[in-house]
Amino acid sequence: MFDTLSERLGGILDRLTGRGALSEADVDAAMREIRRALLEADVALDVVRDFTARVREQAIGATVVKSVTPGQMVVKIVHDELIATLGADGQGIDLNAPPPVAIMMVGLQGSGKTTTTAKLARRLATRDKRKVLMASLDVRRPAAMEQLAVLGRDIAVDTLPVVAGQTPPQIAARALEAARLGGYDIVLLDTAGRTTLDDEMMAEAAEVKRTANPHEVLLVADSLTGQDAVNLARAFDTRVGLTGIVLTRVDGDGRGGAALSMRAVTGKPIKLIGTGEKTDALEDFHPSRIAGRILGMGDVVSLVEKAAATIDAEKAARVAERMRKGAFDLSDLREQLTQMQKLGGLGGLMGMMPGVAKIKNQIASANLDDKLLKRQVAIIDSMTRGERKNPDILKASRKKRIAGGAGVKVEEINKLLKMHRTMADMMKAMGGKAGKRGPMAGLANMMGFGGGMPSPEDMAKLAEKMPGGLPGGMANLPKDLPKNFPGLGGETPGGGLPPGFPGLPGLGGKPPLPFGLPPGKKK
Amino acid sequence: MNDSTQTQGKQGWWRRLSAGLRRTSASLGGAVADLVTKRKLDGAMVEDIEEVLLRADLGVDVAARIAAAVARGRYDKAISADEVKAVVAAEVETALAPVAAPLAIDAGRKPFVILVVGVNGSGKTTTIGKLSAKFRAEGRAVMLAAGDTFRAAAIEQLKIWGARTHAPVVAREHGADAAGLAFDALAAAKEAGTDVLLIDTAGRLQNKAELMGELEKVTRVIRKVDASAPHAVLLVLDATVGQNALAQVEAFRKTAGVTGLAMTKLDGTARGGILVAIAAKFGLPVHFIGVGEGIDDLAPFAARDFARAIAGLDDEA
Repeated sequence: MFDTLSERLGGILDRLTGRGALSEADVDAAMREIRRALLEADVALDVVRDFTARVREQAIGATVVKSVTPGQMVVKIVHDELIATLGADGQGIDLNAPPPVAIMMVGLQGSGKTTTTAKLARRLATRDKRKVLMASLDVRRPAAMEQLAVLGRDIAVDTLPVVAGQTPPQIAARALEAARLGGYDIVLLDTAGRTTLDDEMMAEAAEVKRTANPHEVLLVADSLTGQDAVNLARAFDTRVGLTGIVLTRVDGDGRGGAALSMRAVTGKPIKLIGTGEKTDALEDFHPSRIAGRILGMGDVVSLVEKAAATIDAEKAARVAERMRKGAFDLSDLREQLTQMQKLGGLGGLMGMMPGVAKIKNQIASANLDDKLLKRQVAIIDSMTRGERKNPDILKASRKKRIAGGAGVKVEEINKLLKMHRTMADMMKAMGGKAGKRGPMAGLANMMGFGGGMPSPEDMAKLAEKMPGGLPGGMANLPKDLPKNFPGLGGETPGGGLPPGFPGLPGLGGKPPLPFGLPPGKKK
Repeated sequence: MNDSTQTQGKQGWWRRLSAGLRRTSASLGGAVADLVTKRKLDGAMVEDIEEVLLRADLGVDVAARIAAAVARGRYDKAISADEVKAVVAAEVETALAPVAAPLAIDAGRKPFVILVVGVNGSGKTTTIGKLSAKFRAEGRAVMLAAGDTFRAAAIEQLKIWGARTHAPVVAREHGADAAGLAFDALAAAKEAGTDVLLIDTAGRLQNKAELMGELEKVTRVIRKVDASAPHAVLLVLDATVGQNALAQVEAFRKTAGVTGLAMTKLDGTARGGILVAIAAKFGLPVHFIGVGEGIDDLAPFAARDFARAIAGLDDEA
């Protein structure tokens, strides 16, 4: 989508190139496209209006930096303004109050309150080492209380025993009492889903709030929400009073415009985002990522962070060292494949790459899913240690045996071997210059090869490089992929299966500016 | 808002729908009225009408089309609020009329298998409960299959609905294979001579290839018992969802072979307009809309009522 927006803007603004500054008429034309892009991302209309007005002001007369097109310049301004509107980084849950600290969760039906309550409980209990009690105040939906109890058992967090016939405020009072007696640090109150129109239910939520006096009142809202997001946030804020917002289903392919709407309307920070079905899929909110998504730019920073968190730095360093020496054998390849699986497989990776969202479904339909990784690992697992060390000894009979063991055809083994050879060759080739400042320094660093976390600047640089870093093997993707897709160009060494990150050397020629702007460059 | 108590009683369907859609109507109708009272229709006004439609989640293209239809032949003429509403209603109805079709239960299929799919939290289980009540009221023998083996207590939730509507529930333990369960349920329903089998599934985001593959498997396995099943695949959509609903319809249609839609939670939202965009793009029948939390707050979808309610027109009756 970013590509589209960028292209569209390009069409309007390209003739400007060289003239230096953006004129009013040009900017107005650009604003129409931006308005459309934002509306398609489900940003509420009022918010879109204010937003485009602000961007317009900044864009008119802005000097276009030499190295970028005016279209990219406008996108940059939009992006920065999006981040500014979405608010500052790192507004976590505030626990700074005498225990037991009550946290109340409110939201519409089906927005994910109960799941989020459990996720938050798990995070507070395991990461922050607090003693947490969860209580379900949902006396309406069948088995809602049971759901929280089951989740509580799963994550080893206590839940308030259910007493039939109590009203939500009564349960809240009982939860706080139990927390006080039981020495709990935090009480999470999971309320029933309600519609903003239901006065009775809204009054009940307000009543619960009065009873429990929660330190945080979090609105749990679906990131897929449409234009109604503003009404929803406003209604809960005025009727109940919010301290923050938790966005759920951020792992969907929605563009998350609701985040911008709700933040703009209530001024309340988005504190957390839910990114999966499992109870550990709760992350801090970073405005730049949602901004990228609203513009369809992917989520490179998340990818980098996830990579840094998941990849075993020690193992990675060892592999890197071997790469440098040119001694990259199949065991190392296996290491890489499993680390990639940990990152969420191809699907997970691709989702975070800029501009890739669109082709993700095509990839899925091409069966390039995690099965492929699994199969490749299985092939390597079916080899003897000697074969892994020295693939050259693999002749037909051995391959046949391996194929039988891994349940694949011989040709798949050949593909894997070819991929490995290509990678090993490239690694050897760059082994000499793989110093700190080499072209691979950023990537190696990011993959944990250099050890230590990449600095923000490194990440920015990476963001620039990443798309080009798509492995050459991607040439196997469906034929109807856009030709100009970053990193999929013919210039990268083809052949083999998409090894994903293991194919680091796939960092072919210069990527066609996939990120629009060299990050870090200020107007 | 003060008549909310009235809506509880026995009333015509229209009243319940318009009560449910009240805010859609109020905001849309009110806004339209504000726009055009004693004004001549000009470009700016058309743009305003378009914005009003955008606010109802109709989407950029559909909103532009309807706004253009309102403007056609009316430039520089004074136009009243009612006129605008009527045109909006007519346009919405035109878009929706072809897709308003009740879910026909083919009595020749025994059991008639309905697979219910959708993203997390869209209201699948609740919709099944309501459907079960509806089919039971029609005198059919209904069986429920607790195919959401992932979400905690989803099975219990369905069992409660089963008890409420006197429908037997086929369930396995939490975490069991959903496809296997569907197989068993269909076999059991066949055995028992059930008329309608409603199969619940776990909520899944449409961009998760693995989970969508699992859904495909459910369909595949069902076909082993009855090659013609599932006879209907109902996609449950949340009315508050925005443009992503289009992506949901697309993906679920592709993997699960969705045959019809149910839109839930129209009671709480000022929206529902995405249905117009969906109708324009996919032409899938809309069978039901859910306009409340009560067991009978699920009703067949009627294009005219919906269109008039969305445009803020009162029922002429």
